[in-house]
Formats: sequence, C-alpha cells, structure tokens
Amino acid sequence: MYSPQIILEAALNGLMTGAVYALIALGLTLIYGVLHIINFAHGALLTCAMFAVWIAWAWLGMDPYLAILPLVPLMFVLGYGLQRFVIGPASHGDDGNILLVTLGLSIVLENVLLAVFQSDTRTLDTDYSFQVVALGPLLLSYPRLIGLGVAVVVTGLLWLVLNRTDTGKAIRAVAKEKLGANLVGIDVPHVYAVTFGLGCACLAVAAGLLMPTFYVNPRIGGAFVLVAFTVVVLGGMGSLPGALLGGLFIGVVESLCGLFLGDSLGQIGIFLIFIAVLLVRPTGLFGAKA
Amino acid sequence: MTVRDLIPIAVLILLAALLPLVVTSSPVLNFLVFMLIVALGAQGWNILGGFGGQFSFGHAAFFGTGAYVTAILQTRYGINAWAGLVLATAAGAAVGWVIGFLSFRSGLRGSYFALVTLAFAEVFRILANAASFTGGAAGLLIKLDVRPANLQFDDRAVFYWLVLALVAAVLLLTRWIQRSRFGAQLVAVRENEDAAKALGVNSLKVKLRAIALSGGVTALSGCLYAQYFLYIDANIAYGSWISVELLLAPIIGGVGTVFGPVVGALTLHGLGELAKQFAGRIPGIDLIVFGGVLVLAVAFARGGILGLLERLRDRGRGMVTRGPKEVSHAGR
Repeated sequence: MYSPQIILEAALNGLMTGAVYALIALGLTLIYGVLHIINFAHGALLTCAMFAVWIAWAWLGMDPYLAILPLVPLMFVLGYGLQRFVIGPASHGDDGNILLVTLGLSIVLENVLLAVFQSDTRTLDTDYSFQVVALGPLLLSYPRLIGLGVAVVVTGLLWLVLNRTDTGKAIRAVAKEKLGANLVGIDVPHVYAVTFGLGCACLAVAAGLLMPTFYVNPRIGGAFVLVAFTVVVLGGMGSLPGALLGGLFIGVVESLCGLFLGDSLGQIGIFLIFIAVLLVRPTGLFGAKA
Repeated sequence: MTVRDLIPIAVLILLAALLPLVVTSSPVLNFLVFMLIVALGAQGWNILGGFGGQFSFGHAAFFGTGAYVTAILQTRYGINAWAGLVLATAAGAAVGWVIGFLSFRSGLRGSYFALVTLAFAEVFRILANAASFTGGAAGLLIKLDVRPANLQFDDRAVFYWLVLALVAAVLLLTRWIQRSRFGAQLVAVRENEDAAKALGVNSLKVKLRAIALSGGVTALSGCLYAQYFLYIDANIAYGSWISVELLLAPIIGGVGTVFGPVVGALTLHGLGELAKQFAGRIPGIDLIVFGGVLVLAVAFARGGILGLLERLRDRGRGMVTRGPKEVSHAGR
C-alpha cells in the first residue's frame, strides 16, 4: 500500500498544481461574474500566453518568470480588444451567441497556433526546473512552490483591484446591475472589455508559472479549460475566493486520483465532481443563489 | 404533414441520389459519405439544440456510444452489423435519456447544460480510453469482411445511398416534429420555458423526448462512421472535435430548420476542402475556416445560411419583415 508520506506528498503537489488551476479559473470566474458568459476561448488564450512565454525564452532568452511582466499588459490588451471589437459586437448581447462566438474564437486561435508551430510539444528548461525544497521528510518542487505563492498574491491583488479602486467599483456595479450602472454614467462596454482583459492577464501569470515545469503544444489549453470550468463551478460562478479554494481542492483531487487510479483515469475524479456539483448544487460552494 | 412538405425533401434526396452515377472518383465519394455522416449527426443535434433550444456541447457522448456499441457487439459478441446498427441507435437514445433526466431534472439550462454535456462526453472519453473492454487507447478494429450482410460494401456508392436514405428518413422525422404537437411544445419550451409550463406543457417530458430522439439519431451517425472507416478509438468517437462539428453544422446552416444541418455540413466541409486545396499542407486550415465562419455566422447571419436566403427572398419581394428574434433583441 501507499505510505502516508507518499500520500501527503501527492496531496501537497496537488495543492501546488491546484494553485495554477486557481489562477486560470480566476480569470474565467471574473469574466463569468461580470459578463455572465462562459468564455470558451479561455483555454486557447492560455495556450497563446504559454507560447508567448516559450517564445520569450527561446528567441530572447528571457526567464519565464520575468516574461510575466511584459506579458500581463499584452494579454490585457489582447483580451480588451477581443471583447470590445469581436465578442461584444458579434454576439448582439445574447448569451447563447457569446458561447458560440468564444467557441469559434478558440477554434481559430488553436488552429492558427497549430498552423504556425505545428503539433510539436515544446518545453523550456531553466536551472531551477527540477530543484526541490526539503520540508521535513517531504520534497517539494521549487517552481511549483513559487506558483502557489504567486497565485495567492495575484488573487489578493485582484481582490484589492475589485474592492479598492474606482475601476473595481465600476466592475462590481456592472456585475450587479448592468442597466443601473449604465444610467449612472458607467461605460458598460468598456467595463466589460476591462474585465475580459483582467481575465486574460491572469492567464499571462498562469502561463509564466506553468512553463518551467510544463510543456506547450497548440492543443494544451483544452486540458486546462475543462479543469478550470470545474473549479469555477465548484467555487461558485463569479466568486474569487471560491476559485482559489476550488482550484486548490481540484488540484489535490487530481493528484490523489492519479496516485490511486493511475494517470489515464486521473482526471475522471475531476469530471465526476464537475457533473455532481452541476447536478446537485449548480451555484457552487461559494456562489450566491441564482 | 402535407404533400407540399414532402416535395422539397424528395427533390433534394433524388438529386443527391443521382450523384454517384456522375461522380465515380473515390476521394469525392469518401468526402460525400463523411459529409453525410456529419450531417446525420448534426440533424440529431438540431432536434435538441435547434427545436428545443438546449445547446449541447457534448454530442460526442452519443456519437461515440453509437460507434462503440456496434463495434463492441461485432468484435466481442459476433452480432450482426445490421442488428448492431439498431442496438447502437437504441443505446444512444438511452444514454440521451439518462443524461437528459439527470441534467433537466436538476433544472440545468443554457450555459450550464452546455457544460454538463461537455463533461459527460469527457467522462465517456476517459473511460473508453482506459477500459480494456473498449480496446483502450489502441481502439477497436472491425474486421474487414465485405458482404452486404455485414454492412460492408464493395462499392462506396452503396454506402453513400444507405447514409443518404437515413438522412432522408431523419429529414422526414424532423419535418414531422416540426408539424406535430410535440414539436410545437418543444419550440414553446425553447422560446419561454416558464410560459410553456404555465400553459400546461410538461417541459421535462418534452425535453426528455427530444434528447432521446437526438441521442438516437446522433448515435446512428456514430455507428455509420465506425462501419465506414472500420476503426474507432476514444479520441475519435468521444473526441470534442465531433461535438463541435455536430453543433457547427446546424448553426451555420440554419438552427431549428429541417434542412439547416445538411446545408451547414455541406457548406462547412465544402469550404474546408477548398481551403485545403488553396492553402496546401497547412495543418488545421479547415478548422480555422470553420471557426471563422462560426463567428461570422453568429455576427451577421443569425438564422444561418437558410435564414440569410429567406431574408434575401423577402427583400426581393419588397417585404421588410422583422422576425420575432430581432424584435426581442431590440427590446433589450
């Protein structure tokens, strides 16, 4: 059988992977909470960000963590532009249409990446990719530990932006009452686009944290986006603390399922939770009653 | 249904049936058969998504079930392929009913329903990929034994006619749904579920019937896929590509119309082939076109190609009509 140390190590590893899931889900849940849309292009946008980190490393020799700094504003601008000039106008304000437009976008983005980079899997190596930190008898991966720390900090920052700035106030106002916000002079399409941009900026951070230990290919986003959906649904659509806790939880579940059931069945636990939560409590653990 | 309802279907199918007499190149016939299989599955999606307004993002769950049931029955139990076809369809309908029962009873609608169907398809994919019963990651190979009794034909044209006949049958079924009481109730649920309930429509029952029919038809297409290519694995049968294809075709062609899925499948795959011809060996070029067409269709042609044609015809006659959809949008 498995020794408690192996199980504990797997759980902690899962916690650290979960932090990155949380970061991806953070963007998704923010967009859902404000725009009330499910962004199917989230995974493809993450893939774009991961390729950007890889390019920065391969062509410019930039450290993946350092690459986050220029990438955050870039992804923000990309997200802002997509919502303002593509998704918003194309969907005529209808939820079903937004679902379809973001699906269309994800297909286009994914396959443009496929056309440019082919389907090869790419990795980058840094001298800290395989470093470990000893914590008592446990060995923890150094880059993943950094991922956990940064994810918590970014969630905190995002919370501050939403609760302590005027833009954040406007975003919350639009999320609560679109029409009312419009009446008091808030530029709703602008706020929508800013929110979408923020969601994409989270992906830039997630991409920078993932790349030292992970790989990238044009299809990689799909694997993450389903997990992110699960996290968002579990944490309650639109809830930031829910996304963080949900992400950590899902990370642990995946890691333990992987340990007990083997790699090929490892993800099944996630989807069963996903279905169960949707069926039993679609508002999630932290979501307000719909 | 009246005779007038049947004429367009009959004309279209007869014209399509004559095609193999003119075209004999096997790449073209292959393309046509594949396109028709997609069209058939898309017709299944359209029953639930188009008439019922329940957008599924996981119709691969039904497509794959159809494909696996017939493949497993033949390879493991030696059951005849024609019987497999019937059983696969029934299995698809059953899976549809179960998924529908679980999700509709919990009141899932809109994006939530889309997500839960996606998750179901993904669970099936992971299971089929891992279990040895389904051949695991290596997939299943149906034995090549070309006899009509095995649903394998010497001549590609025969398979083409078979799929075409089934597409025709589903066209009739869809036309019947459109004209029936059940169809009217389904559309009522799509337009406003609460209002439909208030008028005495048992919305759960109506939606369950729709998803069972939808699952059956899509499973039939999956079964034909397995039978034509004689090989499936989890990423083909339960892959997200097929969920996307089955949803794209009706939306491009004309969602909630009888001919929409067929028109959409033809347009998409026609454009995809053209793009491949022009762009050569760029991988994914046809999918770039698919995604672009989807965005454009949602942005500029909400009724799909058929809706666009209708608007052009009305304009030609000098009638400027506003559909009910447009009025409701103006009100927002």
